[in-house]
Amino acid sequence: MNGAQRCEENATTEPSVAGISLQEATQFIWLEADLLDGQDYSAWLALWTGEGRYVIPIERTGDDHADRLNVVYDDRAMREARVQRLKSGLSMSASPSARTVRTVSRFRVLGEHAGGTHLRCAQHLVEYKYDRTRTLAADVSYRLVRAAADSGPRIALQEKVVRLINSDDALFGMGYLL
Amino acid sequence: MTVQPAPRPAAVQSPPAAPDFGSLVREDRVHTSLYTDPTIFATEMDKIFANTWVWVAHASEIPTPGNFKTAHVGTQPVIVTRAPDGRVHVLLNRCRHRAGSVCEQRAGKTSVFVCPYHGWSYDLTGRLRGVPHASGYDASFDKKDFPLISLRVEEYAGLIFATLRADIQPLEAHLGRARKWIDLFMKQGAGFPIKAGGAHRFRFRGNWKIQLENTTDAYHFPIVHRSFLTSLDDETEKVFDVLGQGGWVEDLGNGHSVMVMIPDLVDLEQNLDAPIPERFQALADELALEHPPERVRRIVRAVGGSGFNVNIFPNIACSMAFFRVLRPVAVDETEITHMVITMDGGPPAANRARLRLHEHFQGPMGFGSPDDAEGWERVQRGAAAGTDLWVMLNRGQERDVSAETGMRAAYQMWQRMMTA
Repeated sequence: MNGAQRCEENATTEPSVAGISLQEATQFIWLEADLLDGQDYSAWLALWTGEGRYVIPIERTGDDHADRLNVVYDDRAMREARVQRLKSGLSMSASPSARTVRTVSRFRVLGEHAGGTHLRCAQHLVEYKYDRTRTLAADVSYRLVRAAADSGPRIALQEKVVRLINSDDALFGMGYLL
Repeated sequence: MTVQPAPRPAAVQSPPAAPDFGSLVREDRVHTSLYTDPTIFATEMDKIFANTWVWVAHASEIPTPGNFKTAHVGTQPVIVTRAPDGRVHVLLNRCRHRAGSVCEQRAGKTSVFVCPYHGWSYDLTGRLRGVPHASGYDASFDKKDFPLISLRVEEYAGLIFATLRADIQPLEAHLGRARKWIDLFMKQGAGFPIKAGGAHRFRFRGNWKIQLENTTDAYHFPIVHRSFLTSLDDETEKVFDVLGQGGWVEDLGNGHSVMVMIPDLVDLEQNLDAPIPERFQALADELALEHPPERVRRIVRAVGGSGFNVNIFPNIACSMAFFRVLRPVAVDETEITHMVITMDGGPPAANRARLRLHEHFQGPMGFGSPDDAEGWERVQRGAAAGTDLWVMLNRGQERDVSAETGMRAAYQMWQRMMTA
């Protein structure tokens, strides 16, 4: 990220709010990974801000997700509907879904500002169902912010973009969340 | 030391019995080996995919000269190009020298395809333009003898088909009665040209005909897609009550069929004064800021797509709001592409609505496709049992949308081609 972009991000922040350290961000993302592998989707939904956007693009480059076809382009309502579907017992791809184990690492901060951070990391996910084990690798970028909560300020997900290494190739049905 | 018996003279050996493919299809059932036998698959690639019109592109994917995309005719990789004169060419993606593929991009723009191995280069029509160090060939070598192999190409309503056969009937005759339904389908442009605007692609471990059947299978919809249906508002859920609206299936000849699930959405240029569905009200309000009321109604009526699937044998369907392309990979592996349709030059809000609707059902994490794919894999897994059993296609009477009429039509064509 160049200096100009970093300044721009700084300009949009509220100076009174404390930033999010890399250690805090990492702990948050590992928690999220653990919730997803454990399919604790209610807890996962609670990690988000109301305006948060969950995106899995098809094209590897570009940020104009709204005007392109994606694998996932979820606002809050779609996230909730997605979780409801996966937990409904009515979807044969999710009942049971493949088991997943994911590792997240290679964190790099792309932009920091008071009250928020933008970072990118690598995710390796292994899934297993029937007699088959498969891997999915992705670059994942996060925008995390400090949000108010009854129990005090918390870190929340403002944007998560999962760029699969093979997003523009043939994938397969997934009955879980990336 | 063991003594090997002398081989019997070839003349005395009985020839291997030619498989009787015709006996594997009956009017109301097909034999399980159609899903599982690698010999049948290899024969299908020869007798079906190398022997009829196979869909390779939508015209909007290669809009201007120099545009190209890669595709497959059966298992054979091809390049679909638009030449400087605007004509479409479909070329086998194989260098005439030592067989290297000359293009590995999914789509793009170029004036030349260069084999990376020894540098032979071809233009957009397949003509061999250059051969490095040509002096190594003798005087009889003529570049005219080594173009990329060119397939016969014809187009109907923007759908581009290719065939390896020079002598089969023209595309329009092959499509026959399906043309009427293709024309109706293309009305979802709402007056704008149809544009193939991106695609979901995924593979499943199963035979290609399992997916061919599925596009004309309304029976599975309320079962497999319950979790999709429950994600809809009440009004939209009624729209997708595909078994309860008096729909039907028609055999259109040559293996093609149409399944009408929502009769009200057969002709998107009719009933334009019907009330705007609640789920599209916000879109209608937004469009009304820039478009006259009649135009808004036409766009909104088209935005959710048509109420039917036209299944074109063997590899393309115009399915409600998208193109469904199937590609046989192996006897037990198939690749599916679901191409979203947008209105070329249409209102961005309407096109965004189409993208979001497509994402809702289709794709590897859609609310519908993963369950379809799981179901198809379950068919392939189940077909490993009872290898002498038959797959039943005996459901349904006339004017029943859940009749297996379309599947029976496809398998009659399969039988005709496999025994020709």
